[in-house]
Amino acid sequence: MSSYQYRRYPYRRAAELDGTAVRRPVVIVGAGMAGPTLALELAARGVPSVVLDEDDTVSIGSRSICQAKHSLEVWDRFGISQRMVDKGITWEQGEVYLRDRAIYRFNLQPEPGHKFPAFVNLQQYYVEEFLYERCLAEPAIEMRFRNKVVGVAPHADHVVVEVETPDGRYTLEAQWLVACDGVRSPVRHMLGLPFEGEVFHDQFLIADIRLLDELPKERRFWFYPPFHPTNSVLLHRQADNVLRVDFQLGREADAEEEKKTENVDRRLCLMFGPEARWEHEWTSVYTFTCRMMQRFVHGRVIFAGDAAHVVSPFGARGGNGAIADVDNLAWKLALVVAGTAPEALLDSYCSERRAAARENILNSTRSTDFITPKFPASRAFRDATLTLAPDFPFARALINSGRLSVPTQQLESPLDTPDSDGDWVGGPGPGRAMLDAPVGNGWLIDRLGRDFSLLTFGKDDVGTVPSGATAVPITGNGLAWQRYDSRPGTTYLIRPDRYVAGRWRTYDPAAVSAALDRATGRSHA
Amino acid sequence: MTALRRTLNLARPDDVYNAIVDAHKGLSDEQCRDFDARLILLLVNHIGDEAVIREALKEAAAT
Repeated sequence: MSSYQYRRYPYRRAAELDGTAVRRPVVIVGAGMAGPTLALELAARGVPSVVLDEDDTVSIGSRSICQAKHSLEVWDRFGISQRMVDKGITWEQGEVYLRDRAIYRFNLQPEPGHKFPAFVNLQQYYVEEFLYERCLAEPAIEMRFRNKVVGVAPHADHVVVEVETPDGRYTLEAQWLVACDGVRSPVRHMLGLPFEGEVFHDQFLIADIRLLDELPKERRFWFYPPFHPTNSVLLHRQADNVLRVDFQLGREADAEEEKKTENVDRRLCLMFGPEARWEHEWTSVYTFTCRMMQRFVHGRVIFAGDAAHVVSPFGARGGNGAIADVDNLAWKLALVVAGTAPEALLDSYCSERRAAARENILNSTRSTDFITPKFPASRAFRDATLTLAPDFPFARALINSGRLSVPTQQLESPLDTPDSDGDWVGGPGPGRAMLDAPVGNGWLIDRLGRDFSLLTFGKDDVGTVPSGATAVPITGNGLAWQRYDSRPGTTYLIRPDRYVAGRWRTYDPAAVSAALDRATGRSHA
Repeated sequence: MTALRRTLNLARPDDVYNAIVDAHKGLSDEQCRDFDARLILLLVNHIGDEAVIREALKEAAAT
């Protein structure tokens, strides 16, 4: 059914089966998008890891297809983002239709001057394939396919993991266990941890198909289209000329009936016309929930991605949120494993990423409520918005067919040093993601160090910078100056996950050192 | 922060009041709800002051 060739990744007999057990610094459960990304980030910082996955292939089905700019910036460190851009469909614009009329066009990246576009649509199986390739080439990463976690026993300073393989069971000891094992997280279940939140009952049908006709790159969203007059439809293009068509079915639909090819074809025929021909790639009926764990860190067990929090798909916040999680976690875990930061630094992973998850859940719940109003007055306001949109620009801004993933804000994090110079009128403040900009012949994101980076504006040579930070002098008078609200002397401390930790109007090594200590949990200023 | 105005702000209050009521004449309950939703959105955007809007929401719910 699928045009994608699923390859099988090699299973190898684990050394532990033959009695050679050594405690591993980090064991990662789950080889989806988050697990391998975390493994690569740790390896880049000298921390080896073992990745356990019960399967031996990539994501079945396209699943998370919208790869956001901030995820591409993470993967670019491993040299695979250009492949994703080349393979995928770059899109920045979207169109919203009411019945048969286009009522709203939006541009997600209205300003040029970023290395990566707002979004690249690429099936999850390609993302995972590219990640696996990099992981398999990395000596510090051991990818263990067909290794299923069947037991987890937490201890004060390590975790004992029981693993089932085709050759039998073995136990593995980890200083840290990171569960990136998805929304049904077996690790979370084995530890009996609650996963509370809101359940939504509307059902949606995903039909991934290959059409012969070329279609525009834009994301299209229809409310009440003539071909599906009772509900909404979302259309996305993916690599290999695959289209994702997402039909809202309502609460009462019979999922088994709807999944039948003849019924899917009937809907597609109404949508694309009687002349159109297609092949099916993947069909799925889904409902969704918005849930979040109370804590993402439980002793030596850490949860990330869908295992820790799950949102509705509107806004592309699932996969991209998971990548942001492991980007936040990796550098902290590496410092803790190396003994150069206290374990308490990981508390900030929990607080920062819970704040982000709350923001993602809020946004995606609002989109969901707009797309699937739950009570009559909600529907009346939704329809009023759509009716006013063609003539009133303000109403177009209220149309919420998904507020697409941008880096969340991590305000008031204990790691950040608040602004003390009171004259900032722009630029990303502490707790906000850094902004890319053209610098010289390249990009700012390419100048950043693997660890902390110190952006200094208008200084060729800042002398010795505090250890743990890489100096990135910005000269000239390019766009970066505007984006960072800069004057000569302006200094930004950027965290390894590319959030702003602090900023000053003049470069003061003592202030930067103090901010670095604070950002690594070595002091609470 | 502007507070929600509690004193009269209309030069011809009866005319405005009756214009609103008359606009609903002959509408079904459902049509009224849709009409009111459009009217509220238009006015809310015109007012633009979130504090005033939130105060009005609170007062309308309290009555």
